[in-house]
Amino acid sequence: MAGGDVIIGLEVHVQLNRLRSKLFCGCSTDYHASDPNTHTCPVCLGLPGTLPVMNRRAVEYAIRVALALNCEIQGETLFYRKNYYYPDLPKAFQITQYDFPLGMGGSILIKGEDGEEKKIRITRVHMEEDPGRLVHAGTIDRAKYSMVDYNRCGMALLEVVTEPDLRSPKEARSFLDKLRNILEYLDVFDGGLEGAMRIDSNISLVGGERAEVKNISSHKGVEKALAYEITRQRSARRRGVAQVQETRHYDELRAITVSIRTKEEAHDYRYFPEPDLVPMRIADWVPEVEAELPELPDAKRERFVAEYGIADDHARSLTSEIRVANFYEVVAKRAPSRLAAAWIADVLKGELNYRDITIDKFSPDHMVEILSMLEGGKITEKGAVEVIRTILDHSGDLSEVTPTRVVEAKGLARAGNDAVKAAVRAAVEESAQAVADYRAGNEKAINFIVGVVMKKTRGRADPGEANRLVKETLDEI
Amino acid sequence: MVMIRELQEGLFAGGSAEEMINSLFEKIRRSRLNAYNHIAEDQALERAREFDRSPWEGSLAGVPIAIKDSISTRGIETNCSSRILSGYVPPYDAHVIERLKEEGAIIIGKTNMDEFAMGTSTETSYFGPTKNPWDLDRVPGGSSGGSAAAVAAGEAPAALGSDTGGSIRGPASFCGIVGIKPTYGLVSRYGLVSYANSLEQIGPLAMDVEDAALVMEAISGHDPRDSTSVKSEGGYLSGLNGGVEGLTFGVPKEYFGEGVGEGVDPEVERSVWDAISKLEELGASWKMVSLPHTKYALAAYYIIAMSEASSNLARFDGLRYGLRLGADQDWHSTFSEIRAAGFGPEVKRRILLGTYALSAGYYGRYYLKALKVRTLIKQDFERALSSGGADLLVTPTMPFPAFKIGERIEDPLSLYMADVFTVPINLAGVPAISLPCGFADGLPIGLQIIGRHFDEVSLLRAAKAYEDATPYHEAVPKEVI
Repeated sequence: MAGGDVIIGLEVHVQLNRLRSKLFCGCSTDYHASDPNTHTCPVCLGLPGTLPVMNRRAVEYAIRVALALNCEIQGETLFYRKNYYYPDLPKAFQITQYDFPLGMGGSILIKGEDGEEKKIRITRVHMEEDPGRLVHAGTIDRAKYSMVDYNRCGMALLEVVTEPDLRSPKEARSFLDKLRNILEYLDVFDGGLEGAMRIDSNISLVGGERAEVKNISSHKGVEKALAYEITRQRSARRRGVAQVQETRHYDELRAITVSIRTKEEAHDYRYFPEPDLVPMRIADWVPEVEAELPELPDAKRERFVAEYGIADDHARSLTSEIRVANFYEVVAKRAPSRLAAAWIADVLKGELNYRDITIDKFSPDHMVEILSMLEGGKITEKGAVEVIRTILDHSGDLSEVTPTRVVEAKGLARAGNDAVKAAVRAAVEESAQAVADYRAGNEKAINFIVGVVMKKTRGRADPGEANRLVKETLDEI
Repeated sequence: MVMIRELQEGLFAGGSAEEMINSLFEKIRRSRLNAYNHIAEDQALERAREFDRSPWEGSLAGVPIAIKDSISTRGIETNCSSRILSGYVPPYDAHVIERLKEEGAIIIGKTNMDEFAMGTSTETSYFGPTKNPWDLDRVPGGSSGGSAAAVAAGEAPAALGSDTGGSIRGPASFCGIVGIKPTYGLVSRYGLVSYANSLEQIGPLAMDVEDAALVMEAISGHDPRDSTSVKSEGGYLSGLNGGVEGLTFGVPKEYFGEGVGEGVDPEVERSVWDAISKLEELGASWKMVSLPHTKYALAAYYIIAMSEASSNLARFDGLRYGLRLGADQDWHSTFSEIRAAGFGPEVKRRILLGTYALSAGYYGRYYLKALKVRTLIKQDFERALSSGGADLLVTPTMPFPAFKIGERIEDPLSLYMADVFTVPINLAGVPAISLPCGFADGLPIGLQIIGRHFDEVSLLRAAKAYEDATPYHEAVPKEVI
C-alpha cells in the first residue's frame, strides 16, 4: 500500500475519559454501561439559561497531553462557539478552541514504513466538548429515523491535528498506537472504552485534491478506511476522474467510504468568542503540570535497556503499553530481568493478544513464580508455557489457580534426575535399532531415543538434558 | 401601591400571607394590564400556607415577588413571551430564584416581556402587549414591561427583570418606579435565558430605592455556576442613608443638546436638570464630562447583541422542549418549520442580522469592530468616573416618556433609538439605576444615575438621598385606584 504518492494527515478526537466529570458540568463520565440519556443535566442538555463552567482538571489534563506531545502551551485559554445545527448538539453550537489552541507545534516519534524512527509533526492540540451520539436506524444514508443519546454530550475532548506527514495506512496506525500509548501513560485516557478515540483523516494522492474521511472509530478501522480510500482514489485517477475536495463518511460495517458533501457545501461556522467563559492564564499552570509529568514511553524504553540490561526490541515491546511496562517492572524486581523480559514480551503478550485480553488478567506474582520454577529447573520451558495458558484459560476465581497448583494438577513438574536416568536406560534398551544406527555413525539416531525418553517422562524431562544423558549412556556402553 | 416593608410589617403583626397573596391574585385577575404570562397560584398559595403555619426568617420572608418570564423557575412555565417555548417548564431554578427563596420570598408568577427581551415596549410579546398603568393606551417600556407595570400597579411589591440594553431601567422610567441594572458580574446569570450574554444582568424593580436595595442584597453575589459572576461586598441597605454631600456628579455633554441628545423631549431634559439642581442643593457638586464615543454605542450594541442572540437562540428547535407542530417530517424540515412558526418578526430580524454579522468575511467588519468600539466606550466611562473625575453620572433614562402602543413598532430604527441613553451602560458593564424625577403630561420621567464598577453602594446612596428629597415616587397611577 505504501507507494510514496500517498499523503495522510489525521485529526484525532480523544476523550479525556479518565476525568470524573464532564467538561462544563458536574455530570459523571461513567456512562458506558448506563441507559441512554441518564448522565445528563440542564447544562449538558443546553437547557435555556444554563451556563458552562470550565472543569479545571480537564485543562490540566489537556496541558499534560500537549506537553507530552512536545507542544508550545498558549499563555491564555480562549474558547469559541462553533455554530452549526445537528441533532446531537443541543445548544446548536460547540464550545471549542479556534485561533488560540492550547498547544501548537508538537511532534511524536513513530516507527516509520522503512523501520526507522520517524518524526510526525503535530500542528495543534485543542480542547472542546463532545456532542451527543446519534444512533441511526440502519445506515446513515438509508436510516428512516435516528435517536440521540446525550450521555456523552459535554465530555471533554482533545483534538490532536497532525501535519500531512504520514505516508501509508500502516504509518497512520502506528501513529495512533503511539498516541494512545502516550495518553495512557499520562493517565488521562482509557482507550478501551467505546468512543474513546475517533479519527478524521485527510488523504490525497500527490497532485490530487484531498478527501476528508470521517467517523473512523478504531485503529484497525483507520488502516481499512485509508486502504479503501487509496484504492478508490487510484482507480478513479486511472479512469481519468479527478478527485474533488469532499467529505466522506466511513461505513465500518461495509468497510467503504461514502461521499457526504463537497467543498461547495462547506459550513460557515461563524466562530466567535464564548461570552460565558472567562479566559484563564494557563501559562502559570505549566511548571507544576510539567513537574508532575510521568515518564513517557520513549524515556521508559531507554531506562529499561539501561537499568535491566534487556534488548531494545524487548524494551520497545514492553513499553508499548503502560500496563505491560508496569507489570514488567513489578516482575523484574523479583526475578531475573532478562528472563522476565523475554517471557513477558515474547510469550505472555502473544498469549494475551491471541485471547484479546489485557494484562490485568494475569498476576505478576504468578509470573514471578513461573520464572522461579523455570530457573530452579522445576519445570521445562514447554511446561511454563502450559502453565501460562492454563491460567489464562481459567474462567473461575483466579485465587484458585496458582502456577504451583497447575504444575501439580497437570503433572508438569520436571522429572527428577533419577527418573530421567531410568527412562534413558529403558529407552536405550528398547531402541536396539537406533542404538545400532548411532554406533554405525548416524548421529541423528539419537533423536529417536530422546523422543522415547520424553514420551516415558510425559514431557517433563528437559530435552537438552535428556539428549546429554542419552549420549553419555551410549558412549558408556 | 404595595411596599415590601409594609407587607412585612403586616405579616409580623400576625397578618396571613395566604390572604395577602390571594388578594394580589384577585387584583391580577381583574387587571387590564396583561402584566403576567403565568400566575403560579398553586405553588405560591401552598408556600404562603406553609409560611402561615410556621413563619420562617429571611430578609424577604413571606414577600411575594414577580419574575420576568426569561428567568428559569422550577415547575413554572418559562416562555420568554415566545411561542417557541410553549409548554417549557424548567426543571431547575435560576440562581436568583434560589436566593429569593432562601431569603423567604414567595414567587407569584411570570411577567410579560418583549419576546426574548428583544424590544423596548413589550409589544413583541407573543402574548400581546402589556399596558402602562399610567395610561392604558401607552407601552410600559421594555423588555421587562410586565415586571414594571405589575409593580407600578400594585400587582406585586417587587419584581425581577433583566437588562441587556435598558430593559429594566426603561420600563422603570416609563412606569414611574425604581429599577437597577447591576454591574456586569454582580448577579449570577445562571438560569436567565440568554439574549446577549456579555451585556445582560438580572436586577430588581420596586416602588422605592430601599425596597430595590433589599432585593439587590438578596440576589447579588458569587455563584460558581456563572463564570462571569464575582463576589459581592453587599452593604447596599446599610449604606443607604449616607447622603450625597461631597459627591461629584458628572453630566455627560453628549447626552444633552447636539448629537444623541437631540431627540430628547424638552420636559425630560428640564426634569433632569431640576434633579441635578436638587442634588446640588443636597450638598453634591456637579460638572460637565465627556463620553466621546457615545454616538457609536447604539450601532455597537445592536451588532453585539444580535450576534450573540443569533447563536443563543439557535438551540430552540422544538426537538427536546417547546413548540411542536403536527406530524414530524425529516429533522431539517421539522425544525425549520418550528422556528418559522415559533419566532416573531423582531426575533427573526435580529437572528438574521446577527447571523450576517458573524458570517465569514463580515466578522471583522462588524462583530470585531463592535467589540473595539465597546472597549472605547468602556474607557470613556472609566475616564469620566476616574478618581479625578465624577463619582457618579446623571442622565435621562429614556429620551421621552411612554409612547403609544403601536406608535413605533412598525419602525424598528426609531424604537432602537429609544435605547440611546441606556445601551452605553451595558457596553461598559457599569451599574445604573432609574428612579422617578418628574412628570410630563401625567406620564412619569426617569432619572438615570450611573456608577463605577461594583460601586452600587454610592449609586443607591445617591438615589435614596434624591428620593427622600422629592415626591415623585409617591405618585400612584390611576389604574391602581
